[in-house]
Amino acid sequence: MAAVFFVSVTMLFLDFAGVWHGWFGWMAKIQFVPAVLALNVAVVAGLVLLTLLCGRVYCSVICPLGVFQDVASRLGGRFKKNRFRYSPALSWLRYAVLVVFVVASVAGFISWAGLVEPYSAYGRMASNLFAPLYRWGNNLLAYWAERADSYAFYETDVWMKGLSTFVVAVATFAVLAVLAWRNGRTYCNTICPVGTVLGFLSRYAWLRPVIDTSKCVNCKLCERNCKSSCIDIKARRIDYSRCVACMDCIAKCPKGAIRYAHPKTVGVQEASSSRQPDGARRSFLTVASLFAVGTWVRAQEKKVDGGLAAIEEKKVPERKVPLKPAGAKGLRHFTAHCTACQLCVSACPNGVLRPSSALGTWMQPEMSYERGYCRPECVRCSEVCPTGAIRPITVPDKSSVQIGHAVFHAENCIVNTDGVECGNCARHCPSGAILMVPSVAGKPDSPKLPVVNEERCIGCGACEHLCPARPFSAIHVEGHEVHSLI
Amino acid sequence: MEQKEHQHKGMGRRKFLKLLGAGAAATSAALYGCGTKSGSSVSGTGAGEVPEGGMTMRDNPTSGDKVSLLGFGMMRLPFREKRGEIDQEMVNELVDYAMAHGVNYFDTSPAYCRGLSERATGIALSRHPRDSYFVATKLSNFSNFTRENSIAMYRKSFEEMQVDCIDYYLLHSVGGGDGMGLLNARFFDNGMVDFLLKEREAGRIRNLGFSYHGDIRVFDYLLSRHDEFKWDFVQIQLNYLDWRHAKQINANNTDAEYLYGELAKRNIPAIIMEPLLGGRLSNVPDNIVARLKQREPAQSVASWAFRFAGSFPGVLTVLSGMTRMEHLQDNLRTYSPLKPLSEEEFQFLIDTAKLMMEFDTIPCNDCKYCMPCPYGIDIPAILLHYNKCLNEGNIPQSAQSEGYRKARRIYLVGYDRSVPKLRQADHCTGCGQCNPHCPQGIDIPKELHRIDAYVEKLKQETL
Repeated sequence: MAAVFFVSVTMLFLDFAGVWHGWFGWMAKIQFVPAVLALNVAVVAGLVLLTLLCGRVYCSVICPLGVFQDVASRLGGRFKKNRFRYSPALSWLRYAVLVVFVVASVAGFISWAGLVEPYSAYGRMASNLFAPLYRWGNNLLAYWAERADSYAFYETDVWMKGLSTFVVAVATFAVLAVLAWRNGRTYCNTICPVGTVLGFLSRYAWLRPVIDTSKCVNCKLCERNCKSSCIDIKARRIDYSRCVACMDCIAKCPKGAIRYAHPKTVGVQEASSSRQPDGARRSFLTVASLFAVGTWVRAQEKKVDGGLAAIEEKKVPERKVPLKPAGAKGLRHFTAHCTACQLCVSACPNGVLRPSSALGTWMQPEMSYERGYCRPECVRCSEVCPTGAIRPITVPDKSSVQIGHAVFHAENCIVNTDGVECGNCARHCPSGAILMVPSVAGKPDSPKLPVVNEERCIGCGACEHLCPARPFSAIHVEGHEVHSLI
Repeated sequence: MEQKEHQHKGMGRRKFLKLLGAGAAATSAALYGCGTKSGSSVSGTGAGEVPEGGMTMRDNPTSGDKVSLLGFGMMRLPFREKRGEIDQEMVNELVDYAMAHGVNYFDTSPAYCRGLSERATGIALSRHPRDSYFVATKLSNFSNFTRENSIAMYRKSFEEMQVDCIDYYLLHSVGGGDGMGLLNARFFDNGMVDFLLKEREAGRIRNLGFSYHGDIRVFDYLLSRHDEFKWDFVQIQLNYLDWRHAKQINANNTDAEYLYGELAKRNIPAIIMEPLLGGRLSNVPDNIVARLKQREPAQSVASWAFRFAGSFPGVLTVLSGMTRMEHLQDNLRTYSPLKPLSEEEFQFLIDTAKLMMEFDTIPCNDCKYCMPCPYGIDIPAILLHYNKCLNEGNIPQSAQSEGYRKARRIYLVGYDRSVPKLRQADHCTGCGQCNPHCPQGIDIPKELHRIDAYVEKLKQETL
């Protein structure tokens, strides 16, 4: 089960063709924090009930970060048997992190709070670290397919979407992998705010692993194999707030002294937490990355046949208001709901979405049009978003949602700089918001320059992306604080 | 209007038969001593052996040159794309192989292959005795018409090709742009024609001619002054599609039947370019492949086009831009020796051309004269991908068409493979700087915008 959930959620971040979302998109939507943010009462109630009934099954099956730690932990276990030991809970730290998390979320710093939120932390790892590997693998297959004249695979772009987010993903990966490798579920039981909330509930779970004191011979095999470090054999107690219901202890016990049942039926005392510091460690990594920057040659006199003019890479224009995808309603709604899990960033087939580096909205996605534009037939981000930060919309709806408007910069336009005809922006505007108008009134033969009808413009960026002016387009899209219908 | 009258009357069946007879005679004359290398029983079939020494030769009536019917066009030389240079080793290999099998005519230009062709040709040929090959190059003064620039270009050709005389020199691609205006600007106003005539007198040019595309008035004008200029040869586009359909494909062009007829009338040797239309007569729709293969299963589709061009007795040589050894070998098989078309076969190809006209392929021959586009568009790649999909039946007319989903995928995935995203048709500004350079007279921005609109419909699924 855990493997199925883990692989499926990971595939949500890796699959760029959008096939997986149709079948398994719900797996992102039943994640705890996204469901809370989406005000998805049914899912939250279901998870609460599940925990009250079975304990923290969520943590060992549904949560991809939990399963990821189990994988790391199991790899670590290859080298050392029976390596865990009981450690008392760090309750003060757990509740402090939870309080800070809730306060930060409510105060609007959700992307910062999201640093410790398990689902989005995993999402950042998957989209920044695993997805590029997956895509390179795909590109290799596409390379072979092309040689075999098959159209089964097509090549995709792999690019650095945001440096700071990438660094965060690498750091999260390194810290969690090391912690899990050594000590199992340290993160889940000291930092994770979801773990703390569910742990609070799981104390009262109906079904849980209970020690039959009459059978127990104090061999400590269960304690030494508990990745949550929550079994105290000396006291014959289990800290249920930290138990993630993995059932490893039940399998390990040679005497069958632990059963997954209601305590009353076994008849033992319950555990309580004590305080003593745990030996959690931190490590840091710094990462450098390379950027390949294309060179370019300006329009040159034609002398010879063949060859391709070099194309200069586009630069990101300064946008006073950041662009958010249709369905986000506006900046405030979006900022308050997004946990920066990067699922939409991974899913965007047009290279439009990338994590922001601004402080207030750090790691939350924003749009830019250097690599593509928000194509009219695509609503992928609104379909995948588990938190409701981008509400689901349809393709027809999208054509009437105004997320921004185009602004023309005459000084960059090739009609002015190169003295040629163009009109590529007007030719590709899906809402007919750009008109080519003679630059001199009353002279229909004078060079035609674009004018933007802001009322009609929806901000899709076709004009900006397809504008031949480089590195800065002669037309750019400015975001709107609140999206509107036209 | 007046010129149209020339067409379709140019050559009757009987006259053609007569011409073929003469051609056959010339061919058999060149057959002396021919035989395959190993003496095995291979008889020029399909992937069979390439005969050595059997090449059909033609006589140049003015200079007496014995020219191989297959001429090597140095316009599509193999490239090392990553380094942006010609694969000289491969060129040497091709040239050596071609010469060993009787090819002795090599045609280049200062503009070909991003301006690198002349030098590569010179390097490959200079490894052979100077009297074993004829070299042809051109005055390709397309953008700078001044006398200084033109003469500098002419002189540079000698240097690049490491020769002290040019066997065949051409006014490159007359008839383009506005026709007469451009002709005068490039060759008459700057005195270049007089200059070149003097060079011919001095012996540095052995044969002087011109290559022609486009405005028929230019062709007729230059021929009308034949008595004065004494053209040694003229290079024209001739193949079974352009024989009677050139004008139908593009109103600016003229059917090859008329062009050849005019040259034959004056006994001017014709050099044939685009016998294969840049591969459009080898990569043909499936039903045409079936039709040709049904008759001659062992012969390549391309061989029909070469036999067509070679069967005219007034043809001195047929140029083929051969990038790969397989192209060269296939063409050598076809011309070693040429098996001239029978009248019935000639009619069969004329009918084939009629069938092909039903396909709406864009007449791009991948000559790359339009390139580089200043805005980075890969024009020929876009047009060729469209043609390829058209030939393979992957241009669905509507979302209800049979096989729509598969064809859509093949078009879109193949498009991204053939053309990088930033070089696709949606980035075409429509500035039109490419148009005057297209010898086929394609309205390039119009075609690119049409393809872009089609791709947009495929992507949005609104077909």
